[in-house]
Amino acid sequence: MAKKNTDEVRFAPTGIGDEKDGAVQKGVDLPSATRKKHKSLGLSEDDLKSMFKQMYLQRRFEERAMQQYQKGKFGGFLHLYIGQEAVSTGTVFALNDDDDIITAYRDHGWGICRGVTPKEGMAELFGKVTGCSKGKGGSMHFAKTENHFWGGYGIVGGHIPIGGGLGFANKYEQNGRIAACFFGDGAVDQGSLHETFNISKLWGLPVIYVVENNGYSMGTAAKRHTVEDIVDRAKGYGMKSAVVNGMDVFSVYETMKEVAEDVRENSEPWLLEIRTYRYRGHSMSDPQKYRTKEELETYQKNDPIERIKRYLLGNDILNEEEIEEIENKVEQVVLDAVEFADASDFPDEAELYDDMFVEDDPYFHN
Amino acid sequence: MAELQFREAIREAIDEEMGRDEKVFLMGEEVAEYNGAYKVSEGLLDKYGFKRVIDTPISELGFAGIGVGAAMNGLRPIVEFMTFNFAVLAADQIINHASKARYMTGGQITIPMVFRGPNASAGQLGATHSVAFDSMYAHFPGLKVIYTSEPDDAKGLLKSAIRDDNPVLFMESEQMYGLKGEVSEEDDYIIPIGKGKIKREGSDVTIVAHGKMYHVAKQAAAQLEKDGVETEIIDPRTVKPLDLPMIIDSIKKTNRCVVVDEAHPFAGFSAEIGFLIQREAFDYLDAPVQRVTLPDVNAPFAKNLFDAWLPSPKQVIDAVNQVTYRN
Ligand SMILES: Cc1ncc(C[n+]2csc(CCOP(=O)(O)OP(=O)(O)O)c2C)c(N)n1
Ligand SMILES: [Mg+2]
Repeated sequence: MAKKNTDEVRFAPTGIGDEKDGAVQKGVDLPSATRKKHKSLGLSEDDLKSMFKQMYLQRRFEERAMQQYQKGKFGGFLHLYIGQEAVSTGTVFALNDDDDIITAYRDHGWGICRGVTPKEGMAELFGKVTGCSKGKGGSMHFAKTENHFWGGYGIVGGHIPIGGGLGFANKYEQNGRIAACFFGDGAVDQGSLHETFNISKLWGLPVIYVVENNGYSMGTAAKRHTVEDIVDRAKGYGMKSAVVNGMDVFSVYETMKEVAEDVRENSEPWLLEIRTYRYRGHSMSDPQKYRTKEELETYQKNDPIERIKRYLLGNDILNEEEIEEIENKVEQVVLDAVEFADASDFPDEAELYDDMFVEDDPYFHN
Repeated sequence: MAELQFREAIREAIDEEMGRDEKVFLMGEEVAEYNGAYKVSEGLLDKYGFKRVIDTPISELGFAGIGVGAAMNGLRPIVEFMTFNFAVLAADQIINHASKARYMTGGQITIPMVFRGPNASAGQLGATHSVAFDSMYAHFPGLKVIYTSEPDDAKGLLKSAIRDDNPVLFMESEQMYGLKGEVSEEDDYIIPIGKGKIKREGSDVTIVAHGKMYHVAKQAAAQLEKDGVETEIIDPRTVKPLDLPMIIDSIKKTNRCVVVDEAHPFAGFSAEIGFLIQREAFDYLDAPVQRVTLPDVNAPFAKNLFDAWLPSPKQVIDAVNQVTYRN
């Protein structure tokens, strides 16, 4: 065989276009949304209003957070969930309130959905003592364990086995609870996922593992970092699985509800690939050269909040004024949260040493 | 007092704690149906059943993380590693998660769990099976680290470790599992974490040695006694929290110190003890602190090289002679 020119040697797939025809590769292909109406999904009109309000709250919370970040009110990472709100919302409405949820660092929406108040959340971003994690965690480590939200984790894939452990404890205690563990498409490439899937199936752990496939792992399109369809990983482990349209809260709700029931009943793990899209950069310093504006716009046409708004209007559940009223209320809640965070104190310096150990007066080496 | 093997003392500790608290369970490779790679868990499956004595696949990262999640969610796991050399694959869970989750959630999470298994070398097992990890883990805030030398210490401290509400690393040694020693028969025998023990009293020189190195120090002390040198051996038992006052008090009496450690020299236990002594007892020292450690070299296989690599009583005697200016 003739030796190839060195320039032609390739390892990682390159570029935003298809290698063969140059056509733009979309981040993810959205499966079709459920056709069911809210009643056949078991959702009341009040449920729909809360879902809309919840998603709009997550959205405005983050838009305001971004503004505050740009104003220099706080530093560190800020990974926005904007575009993915249907995933957290559909899930939290489908699961029981005492089912355990754990996720990665893109966690603001999750926290808010599971009872981190906008004030506690914003204050955490600001690193204030009034934050949900007392200013010790920041953007990546929202948590509210009393509501069974175990937090956001910053090591890609690191919390996947921990999610398995939450489910392990539930099975051990036979308490009827299940766990749901969320992570990005990038985390699918980690060994921790594969170890955890194998053990989970082997031990019958009642856990729903969910990839929020938003098409990108930082600047690398899913098609450039992982082979085949992610959902097919389940096959190798004999896990039940499904692909879900994550831009539609009804679809997420419907599947989550069914899957949760199965997991609760049969104590076995599932893998869901929920396809969604993040509108903003990976974090705040991302020039987003890896995708086109057109691509972003395509997904924005499927915006989950606009979609439920249309449904509410179209089915005469809310009129324009009522929607606006909700939006204004949410806006005020978020503005109050910003004001609260701004006015709150930073943790006292003595608190540097708090929360390391359970004891009141632990040993610190020096 | 009962004479027990090291493995029996550990087993008793696990057995007693599993008996007293339903939330305590044991998982690891070969712990259940095989009765333990080193027979530590022998009989526990029969007694407690498959729910609480669990065989894992060879997935250190996976099962350590499942342990962390289970601990967060209310259980008290004992995660056994076949050796701490393999726990390196689970380091993400120990270092990035178990030690940090409580802090970064502002105290919302509690992780009452024990990671345990043999540490350091065990004869000619080659470079990847011979490393001591106690100082490495002690480096990280949020973890407690125990590496005991005798069955009695092991029993009392492991029971404390299992009851502790923080993540604790409890280290053993393949080579010590068969070692016999008197173990207290006191009901519910507990040794507090963080308390060292003066294992030999003497006025000429302090030797600080823990884990397997305690036995090397003990052999050296026997020889030195014949030569008229009375050593005081301090076994800290717990690497972190460290019983520094016990070490300093001893040095104030002997004015000399040798640290024996089964880790490599750079930034390890011996370096730390050396620093602390100069800070706390500088004016009491009649000689610079000396240390006996592994060289800055991987474990070799060949018998002669391995023997040269591992700290020996001879090296301890030489170090003592140095600090007592006897050579
Ligand atoms: C172990 C590890 N490696 C690398 C990183 C840096 N990093 C943070 S997020 C990220 C991309 C992950 O993407 P994905 O899992 O798809 O989640 P998304 O950001 O899309 O929500 C990378 C590489 C990290 N935090 N942890
Ligand atoms: Mg992604």
